[in-house]
Amino acid sequence: MNHPFTLAGAALVALPSGALWWPDRGILCVSDLHLGKSERLARRGGALLPPYEAQDTLTRLDADLETTGATRVICLGDSFDDAEAVLGESERLWLLRLMAGRDWIWILGNHDPAPMGLGGAHLAELVIGPLTFRHIAAGGHEVSGHYHPKARLGGTARPCFLLDARHLILPAYGTYTGGLWCHDPALARLMAPGALAILTGKRTFAIPV
Amino acid sequence: MILDDWFAEKGWHLHPHQQAMLDRSRDPATLLIAPTGGGKTLAGFLASLDELGTKPPAGMHTLYISPLKALTADIRRNLRAPIEGAGLAIRVEDRTGDTTATARKRQRADPPHILLTTPESLALLLSYPDAARTFAGLQRVIVDEIHALAESKRGDQLMLNLSRLQTLAPGLRRVGLSATVEDPPALARFMGGADVLVADPGPEPDIAMLETQAPPPWAGGGGRYAIPDVLAQVRRHNTTLIFHNTRAQAELFFHDLWLANTDDLPIGIHHGSLSREQRARVEGAMAAGELRAIVCTGSLDLGIDWGDVDLVIQVGAPKNVKRLVQRIGRANHRYNAPSKALLVPANRFEVVECVAALQAVRARDLDGEPRGPGPRDVLCQHILATACAGPFDAGALYAEVVTAGPYATLTRADFDACVDFCATGGYALAAYDRWKRLLLRNGLWQLRDPRAALVIRQNLGTIIDTEKLKVRFRRGGPLGEIEEGFAATLTPGDTFLMAGQVVRYEAMRELTVEVTRNPGRDPKVATFDGTKFATSTLLTHRILEMFQQDRWPELPRHTAEWLALQREVSRLPEPHRLLCESFPDQGREYLCIYGFAGRNAQQTLGLLVTKRMEEAGLAPLGFVATDYATLIWGLERVHDAAPLLDPEGLRDGLDTWLRGNAVMKRTFRNSAVIAGLIERAHQGRRKTGRQATFSSDILYDTLLRYDPDHLMMQVTREEAERGLVDFSRIEEMLERNHGIDLVRRERVTPLAAPLMLEMGRVPVMGAARERLMEAEAERLMIAAGLA
Repeated sequence: MNHPFTLAGAALVALPSGALWWPDRGILCVSDLHLGKSERLARRGGALLPPYEAQDTLTRLDADLETTGATRVICLGDSFDDAEAVLGESERLWLLRLMAGRDWIWILGNHDPAPMGLGGAHLAELVIGPLTFRHIAAGGHEVSGHYHPKARLGGTARPCFLLDARHLILPAYGTYTGGLWCHDPALARLMAPGALAILTGKRTFAIPV
Repeated sequence: MILDDWFAEKGWHLHPHQQAMLDRSRDPATLLIAPTGGGKTLAGFLASLDELGTKPPAGMHTLYISPLKALTADIRRNLRAPIEGAGLAIRVEDRTGDTTATARKRQRADPPHILLTTPESLALLLSYPDAARTFAGLQRVIVDEIHALAESKRGDQLMLNLSRLQTLAPGLRRVGLSATVEDPPALARFMGGADVLVADPGPEPDIAMLETQAPPPWAGGGGRYAIPDVLAQVRRHNTTLIFHNTRAQAELFFHDLWLANTDDLPIGIHHGSLSREQRARVEGAMAAGELRAIVCTGSLDLGIDWGDVDLVIQVGAPKNVKRLVQRIGRANHRYNAPSKALLVPANRFEVVECVAALQAVRARDLDGEPRGPGPRDVLCQHILATACAGPFDAGALYAEVVTAGPYATLTRADFDACVDFCATGGYALAAYDRWKRLLLRNGLWQLRDPRAALVIRQNLGTIIDTEKLKVRFRRGGPLGEIEEGFAATLTPGDTFLMAGQVVRYEAMRELTVEVTRNPGRDPKVATFDGTKFATSTLLTHRILEMFQQDRWPELPRHTAEWLALQREVSRLPEPHRLLCESFPDQGREYLCIYGFAGRNAQQTLGLLVTKRMEEAGLAPLGFVATDYATLIWGLERVHDAAPLLDPEGLRDGLDTWLRGNAVMKRTFRNSAVIAGLIERAHQGRRKTGRQATFSSDILYDTLLRYDPDHLMMQVTREEAERGLVDFSRIEEMLERNHGIDLVRRERVTPLAAPLMLEMGRVPVMGAARERLMEAEAERLMIAAGLA
């Protein structure tokens, strides 16, 4: 079950997968994919994590594109875990296939400040209608990512959207991502009183923060 | 012997087993089994002191390993007396996690004659490139309390490291020191083969049930009904240790004991979740003879003898005869003096278990579940640690590893799979060609990046802490720690029990829970991750045998009458038939399965059977499990229990159910940390940036989806089936029983009645989880005026 809402007059939908869908504009927005995370950890001499996270993240993105029929995709930064991130050949082709025929925008994040050589547009931020899309919240009517908010409901923790009258913060979409509790001071100071947390999972649940 | 004069001066004589240990000091390996208080540790050291003497050559001669850090410090003090008394020039030092960095460095360059350490510190020492030099001249290794180490992965790791030491110092002689165990030859095999020396077990312990004014309640735990009688015993003895099976029960009992302690007897509490300062204070007071009683848990099972303990009280069924015997030994640590102990069953069923345990103790019949082969996650850590010390040859390391008892049956293929896991991650998808952790160069395995050694060393060890938060007074000192999961359920103003005090949750700062004193009425009990032991197979079999008697003169009347009534109304469980009862109560249908398989297995059985009932349309609503039975309730009557309990079906259910279960994820996390797949959460590093780290559950889910036969998944399954899931006990139960009897009655039976009152009911959720969340979300929105 989706969670429809309006932000600055724009009719948006929070999807259970953690993606944001803007039907009037045909835009699908996802944040913090962190592709190449396990490879980066290995490169730095750390643990060799199961190398399936890009596959898993792309499977979900593929499904969301299929269901919504989005023509424009905004990746809200930290799409790659670092500037040297290397995707496996099959994952690179998969991503190129998803990009084909779509207007694809890479917003730059703190993990991936440089373009990744995959095509698409690379922007620091993007204004569409009343909304500004950027990686880290900075003010105004905006859609951002970066913080990986998560919340607890009935003993279960889930990644969540955070929403108040001006801001929307997206959950991390990537498989290998953790979260920051939505009541953490770093997040709480960004949100106005009365903000909502929209939990993701099999369906969405909206609760007060 | 060099200490003869000193002994004579003191007027002491060697005990026979101490002399025997000296006599066979040249043997390559000896396992000494001696009761507590028998001067076991000295028996281990005599040969070392004798060989080192007045002009010891430089270099390490003896390595002493104990499971407890506190023990090493104490042994160092205890050795000072004979060394100084006999004028020996022996240098003794200890090395634990508390040793300073400079002292450690010096110990590696210039080792003492005798080094006292723990399994974890030894693993660390062996991971340095200079390990070969440090241990080159080592003559003897003494493993104290080896029976305790043998029950956990700490022991598996230690045995691997002993095999390493044996390679570095081929002439090394091994000594194991153990309390009484059920199978000394098995323990000898565990330490890689050894001659067993069994000391005189000493006189029979003086052990009985505590007579109480009130009968025990029908169900529940904690033994609160016995508090007046326990206090009376405390008054009558010098120092009493009051053992509990869980930390939560110890906290509750201590709290109530104080409310009833009108004489203000000095009584303390001691368990593993209390802060080091709190524990040290209690230990100090006890050593000084200031305490009349200590409410405690397994945290006092091992350790030094302090004070004048003359009574041990065990509250709650002992679950395991061997541990009971070892606990009883804590009273009267004098050689050849009987220990005195009293048992306090917490409920009616435990009365039967306590009597069965008493009979087993008198018959010197000890239990023990065989542990199975050494787990591969520990081996993976050992391989990584070995690589930290320097390049190694796989064939040579394999030959060394199989000399360790727990790994004697390890196949070369399994060993190679572990090396592959360490090198490449061992995934079906070869993804890390460029970034292997270990590389094969000139036939030797070595770290690709030598800097990785730092991370590997930080992760050494097999003890995995659950994420815990420190608890401290807003104005004042630390109290202890609670699980993060429990802390998350607290809101400011909630009260809970900690260190026997009722405290009020005020706030969370950084990773510390701030509390104030608040003697409120109805505190919550903090959950601690103390192990919940299942009743041993031996004890459950003894109970089943006892049920077959015509009468029960050895049981208190209330309990004997209860069993007689059960026999009259229904029947009593038998050793070779599985009894199930079915009855209605208040509009619900009940099914009770008397599996006698222990708590964990009965819990798993509840999950599996309710799942099959759900599929069969029998609408189960929930269940509760104890060590003896699983009670299931639902909407439909069960007419035939056999299909629900058919082994094939249960095994299938286990495979599917097990996969997504929280128990598996927890088991996976522990194994993944040990094997080096996940880095340990270091307290200091957890402070900020938590969005950078992600839950190990995600790794588990990913492997389950893309690589379900990965080594870590195999290890997790093996581990869970032996541990929390305990499917082996379910299989033992099904094998033991040659038939299933389903008895139908129109009302609750006497044996099932206590189960109706048990706590810890498990609701059967199925798809209900999302529905519950929905209702909760709606309630919150309405409460916030947002709906």
